[in-house]
Amino acid sequence: MSERASVPAEDEQADDESTEEQAPVTTGAQSVVRALENAGAEYIFGVQGGAIMPVYDALYDSDITHVTMAHEQGASHAADAYGIVTGDPGVCFATSGPGATNLVTGIADASMDSDPMIALTGQVPTDFVGNDAFQETDTVGITQPITKESYFANHSDTVGNDVSEAFALADAGRQGPTLVDLPKDVTQGETDVEPMAPSTPDTYDVPEEADDEAVQEAADVLADADRPVILAGGGVIKADASNALREFAMEYEIPVITTMPGIGSFPEDHELSLEWAGMHGTGYANMAITNTDCMLAIGTRFDDRLTGGVDSFAPDADLVHVDIDPAEISKNVYADYPLVGDARAVLRQLFDAMPRAPDADEWREQCQDWKVEFPMTYEMPDDEPLKPQYVVETFSDVTPDDTIVCTGVGQHQMWASQFWEYTEPRTWVSSHGLGTMGYGVPAAIGAKLAAPDQEVVCFDGDGSFLMTVQGLSVAVRENLDITYVILNNEAVGMVRQWQDGFYEGRRMASEYPWIPQFDKLAEAFGARGFRLEEAEDVEDTIQAARDYDGPSVIDAHIDPGENVFPMVPSGGDNGLFALEEDHLEML
Amino acid sequence: MPGPAPDERMRPEGRRNSQGIRVDPEAEVTHEPRQAVLSALVKHRPGVLSEVSGLFSRRQFNIESLTVGPTSDENIARMTILIEEPEPGIEQAKKQLQKLVPVISVMELEPEAVRRELALIKVGGEKPDDVNAVAEMYDGQAVDASTDSVTVEVTGSKQKIDAAVEAFRQFDVQEIVRTGAAALERGPTTLDKDD
Ligand SMILES: Cc1ncc(C[n+]2csc(CCOP(=O)(O)OP(=O)(O)O)c2C)c(N)n1
Ligand SMILES: [Mg+2]
Repeated sequence: MSERASVPAEDEQADDESTEEQAPVTTGAQSVVRALENAGAEYIFGVQGGAIMPVYDALYDSDITHVTMAHEQGASHAADAYGIVTGDPGVCFATSGPGATNLVTGIADASMDSDPMIALTGQVPTDFVGNDAFQETDTVGITQPITKESYFANHSDTVGNDVSEAFALADAGRQGPTLVDLPKDVTQGETDVEPMAPSTPDTYDVPEEADDEAVQEAADVLADADRPVILAGGGVIKADASNALREFAMEYEIPVITTMPGIGSFPEDHELSLEWAGMHGTGYANMAITNTDCMLAIGTRFDDRLTGGVDSFAPDADLVHVDIDPAEISKNVYADYPLVGDARAVLRQLFDAMPRAPDADEWREQCQDWKVEFPMTYEMPDDEPLKPQYVVETFSDVTPDDTIVCTGVGQHQMWASQFWEYTEPRTWVSSHGLGTMGYGVPAAIGAKLAAPDQEVVCFDGDGSFLMTVQGLSVAVRENLDITYVILNNEAVGMVRQWQDGFYEGRRMASEYPWIPQFDKLAEAFGARGFRLEEAEDVEDTIQAARDYDGPSVIDAHIDPGENVFPMVPSGGDNGLFALEEDHLEML
Repeated sequence: MPGPAPDERMRPEGRRNSQGIRVDPEAEVTHEPRQAVLSALVKHRPGVLSEVSGLFSRRQFNIESLTVGPTSDENIARMTILIEEPEPGIEQAKKQLQKLVPVISVMELEPEAVRRELALIKVGGEKPDDVNAVAEMYDGQAVDASTDSVTVEVTGSKQKIDAAVEAFRQFDVQEIVRTGAAALERGPTTLDKDD
């Protein structure tokens, strides 16, 4: 449960349950729905179909709100985003066969980013399984590698328990997706067994605090460091440890770098913030991460987009690695001081164990100097087309701090992370590990339903937007007040950038001059559409879109030649990031 | 973007190897692959074997053999997995295995653990006495014989089976089947009590 939502949400739940009489269950399907109700599910994102019809029928009598999506991929991304914003598992439904396979991208996405989510899929009746029946696929087989666990429900009496366990497992420890495959005879079958309260499998241990002695050793090393940094990953947000991180960093005055999924875990407007490191991270973050002599890394799996080549990653650093998943320790980068535990609990332990603040005045000054040396700026000559950075920055300036930003995948995603100022956790909703184009449109739907009182903006690419554009029909139907901003470069720009940088400008299959007029497309869906071409119109167009009560789409025609910098080429040395095209040749 | 070019920036001295371990220039440590026997207790239910084998293939752990069989508890099966990996890979394999929900406990057995394999070797039936003599040398025995073939069973360590298979090559070998290793810790240590 999220930091901000935890207290009121728990109270509401207690009230609801004590006042409402629940009818006893009579079928497996009802037991499935009861399990979701007991777990506190409020929304389900899904698409109907033959094999899952019994479960939908049971939903008819439930207070859970079902949001019919236009495509199952969208259902899984919406559930994923709902999970990121609330901290509780998002729920998605699909029928067997193509319904289930359409969910797969979103499940894999949630798995890579440790987002809490539960997927329920219809399946052909048990007797037909293995016969290549109509709309049969081996859903458990397909999804086992991309879930924490995929369950095959084999009895009406136990199917509710399967769902309860899957729900609890998605939420516990290192969060992630789970799936329960529901054969039609199992959900249709009679049972009077009420599902158990959500609880994790007996083989699943969730570590809390780390070993005290190990904590002390790590604290001593950190206190002795000359050039300390904190690297805050997505795990900090997942563990609701953002406050603990702030307290720790501010008390001991240690500069903070985040990973991309860690964006929002530490306020970017704070002096100690160096923003985020990695392939397109800030120059100052990448300088600090390269030159540190002691890194406290929390809740990060050292993805290669963060580390570049591991041979040159923080090569002088003693690494203290805090993670709730022991398998992440020394997986990609060797941890000198592993601390297995919950990020919030371990940060509190470290806070108490620190003998003193590190003596790091010089280092902090150095970090500030790097901010001056490598400023995140861009040029906006009068004779050039609209700059995407300007659109993002302007939007950031006029919106409240708790505004949620969703994205697709590509250059626009990088500009949205670089030029928006993030100060709160759970306001950055993006696809990191899987890098899923098409994430944005449905993610914004899940995010808006998760946080109806917060503003939701989705920066999308023209390519990404087209992949899940059908979701717009859902946003219109539900009248969700979302502003979609397409940073339209008439290209899969990120690919075009790599072609220009690494394939001698041979632009194979990367330019899309035939894309639709998105403002008109938006209007056809029933949303508001805006076309934006001039820098002088940016503010007014943003204002008009924000003022519109419902989904709006700004088709912002940006400079198609604009590239994302700084850039560490794949597998490169973080300290040698390129600031311009010419630098790539030096590397 | 403004800022000093890559070759004009502050640089650290150090380096890591491909496993992300800092390289001490004084003592360059390399991690040679070694053999490890992992023993795991798992819930005896459909899909467990594919979950475990899928894990090993998708994470590219170099697996030599995997055996699975029942235990004294009918709800629990034991898997014995032989892998060859550098030290960090062995640690990863153990932790990833432990993470699977149906896996109850995982332990790496000591190198001196009792390890046994079984081989069935079918050879031509021309020289049954010679075949029997070789079988005896390896504590094996003929388990089937016909005019055209003799099948011999040999159990023991991998090395012993390797040697036996080699020795039988002097005959006309028609078919060989080998199990993977089954292994238990020596002394009173058990997996159940340990974890
Ligand atoms: C589903 C999927 N297919 C292909 C890719 C490879 N890819 C990465 S970025 C990118 C370009 C995205 O284009 P667009 O959405 O227009 O964003 P831009 O880079 O132009 O801002 C592509 C094709 C991907 N990440 N995801
Ligand atoms: Mg584009």
